[in-house]
Amino acid sequence: MTLKTIITASAIVALSATTALADVKVGMITTLSGGGAGLGIDVRDGFMLAIEQSGRDDIEVIIEDDQRKPDVAVQLADRMIQSENVDVLTGIIWSNLAMAVVPSAVAQGKFYLSPNAGPSALAGRGCNENYFNVAWQNDNLHEAAGAYSNDAGYTNTYILAPNYPAGQDALTGFKRMYDGELSGEIYTQLGQTDYAAEIAQIRASGADSVFFFLPGGMGISFLKQYADSGVDLPVVGPAFSFDQGILQAVGAAALGVRNTSQWSKDLDNAANVAFVETFVAEYGRLPSLYASQGFDTANLLISAIEVADVHDQDAFRTALEAADFASTRGDFAFGPNHHPIQNIYVREVVQEGDVFTNAIVATALTDHSDVYAAECQF
Amino acid sequence: MTMILLIEQVLNGLQFGVMLFVMAAGLTLVFGVMGLINLAHGSLYMVGAFAAATVAGLTGSFLLALAASLAAAAAAGALVEIVVIRRLYARDHLDQVLATFALILIFSEGTRWLFGSFPLFLDVPSWLSGPVELPGGILYPAYRLAIIGVGLAVAVGLWALITRTRMGIRIRAGESDREMIAALGVDISKLYTVVFALGAGLAGLAGALVGAIQSVQVGMGEPVLILAFVVIVIGGIGSIKGALVASLLVGLTDTLGGVLLPSLFAQVMERSSAMLVGSSLASMLIYILMAVVLVVRPSGLYGVRS
Repeated sequence: MTLKTIITASAIVALSATTALADVKVGMITTLSGGGAGLGIDVRDGFMLAIEQSGRDDIEVIIEDDQRKPDVAVQLADRMIQSENVDVLTGIIWSNLAMAVVPSAVAQGKFYLSPNAGPSALAGRGCNENYFNVAWQNDNLHEAAGAYSNDAGYTNTYILAPNYPAGQDALTGFKRMYDGELSGEIYTQLGQTDYAAEIAQIRASGADSVFFFLPGGMGISFLKQYADSGVDLPVVGPAFSFDQGILQAVGAAALGVRNTSQWSKDLDNAANVAFVETFVAEYGRLPSLYASQGFDTANLLISAIEVADVHDQDAFRTALEAADFASTRGDFAFGPNHHPIQNIYVREVVQEGDVFTNAIVATALTDHSDVYAAECQF
Repeated sequence: MTMILLIEQVLNGLQFGVMLFVMAAGLTLVFGVMGLINLAHGSLYMVGAFAAATVAGLTGSFLLALAASLAAAAAAGALVEIVVIRRLYARDHLDQVLATFALILIFSEGTRWLFGSFPLFLDVPSWLSGPVELPGGILYPAYRLAIIGVGLAVAVGLWALITRTRMGIRIRAGESDREMIAALGVDISKLYTVVFALGAGLAGLAGALVGAIQSVQVGMGEPVLILAFVVIVIGGIGSIKGALVASLLVGLTDTLGGVLLPSLFAQVMERSSAMLVGSSLASMLIYILMAVVLVVRPSGLYGVRS
């Protein structure tokens, strides 16, 4: 044995000895720079608010920026797993990044708690006992929009989404629940900012309503141009284009639009009232659904730490499965594939003073799970 | 497809085209006159949009906001030229690309530091909002018509500047032989700063005009920058006329391709997959156009040098 290997070996022993004694180490990989940074910042702030409120000093959170790039996310995950030796990973916003990181992280025996992305590939055959999704399966909010369109009596809807996996899942999810006819179906380009051509087609199509999934800046552009075009068909969409960060940039163009969400700031339960109040006090802005997801993820983690040791994987997993925490959504449980079973609501964009926000007007789906759960075998 | 829909789509293509032109004109001037590849042109577009959103938020006046976008982007352009770009003229293109790419990162993170990560609000002014009825019963947003007007006015103004003024003569002279006009006593470095600021100001104006109907956010300039490069390559580097023709070509190809191709495919296949295939192919169309133009005319439509 050479000197070098002895040093390496003793370093490894020293490292594992300290982690065995130490607290729970959480690695958060999320998007904090570039175009999608608003989402990651909200998840981080919600998560850290819950950690702070718990008053625990035995949870160490390492936060890193993935810049919305899969290769960066993979590097960060490798570093966190191999040299920082984290116990739990969390934070990823985008499905393509989650697909790059989650399968290998759980294969290396780490827990992954997803505060946002819920690609179908991880909910069905590709599920893993150490992967928990605290937000939703990707299809869920679109399914709810389909169900709501039926309730609202729409029979001839025009649907559009960007041409990438989550966009295709969105239209599939909508059509799974929607019973009426489609007057048109368009895939736009990812990152497209001008929707004049699509709006002209909607105008000419004779549709009675429009469903769209255009997250982030794409949704802002679409809504402003739609409002300016003089087409006045009702619009339905998932909450991603109507979250608190985006609404102020859309302005009055979004007023009255119905959107589906598992969370809203006016949900009347004690956990949510306290969350909204403390979030505003801490950060000086209203929380978005992403912030609520980060907050719930941290509280789920804390609830499991309270009853089990993170190094006893089976006990810790059972503690996570119990989901024994006060969710900002009210009732919350995990299905057999570790994805949420929850209500999904219909919200309407309203104006409160100077601020545009959402208010719940109906419940689209009750105790909703996802269609992939049946395919999942741990 | 009805005639009305087709005319509306042609108008959309025109509007997209003239906006690309305002963006690409500065880029092609800087490339042609100074031989500089400026990747940070998209950041100046973003600076214009943020300046407009800020001023519109403070004063409520859209015209003031437009003026602010021109001024802020031109000032940022002049500053960048004097501090950084000036040192790059003699270097090769790789150094220029590296340095201006660094500028993109500095502008993006600087803007985030100043304005935060959430998109800003900038809306169409009330006197231009809503649709107007054109002859033939076509409803078309007034604001987009105004954009077409502004774009064409910029084109005429640039044409007059280049062909009818002393400054234009110097720009053209600088393009063909920079040592000679320096020897004739023209302050070439001042000329470069002015040309760069002019290009930057136009990019900022485009950012503000488009920001009102799209979203004002960090990183908004990069997708447009790629299209602007496609435009100047098709049009021929350094040619304003080429940039105008190529912008309109790209705008119309992109818009009409996106509309017509999916419905063409729908004739022969099931609708859902026709939409998928058609829209994927439509997004490639402008690059196919660029490839075809380069095969036929390697220096672009109106390019003088290869």
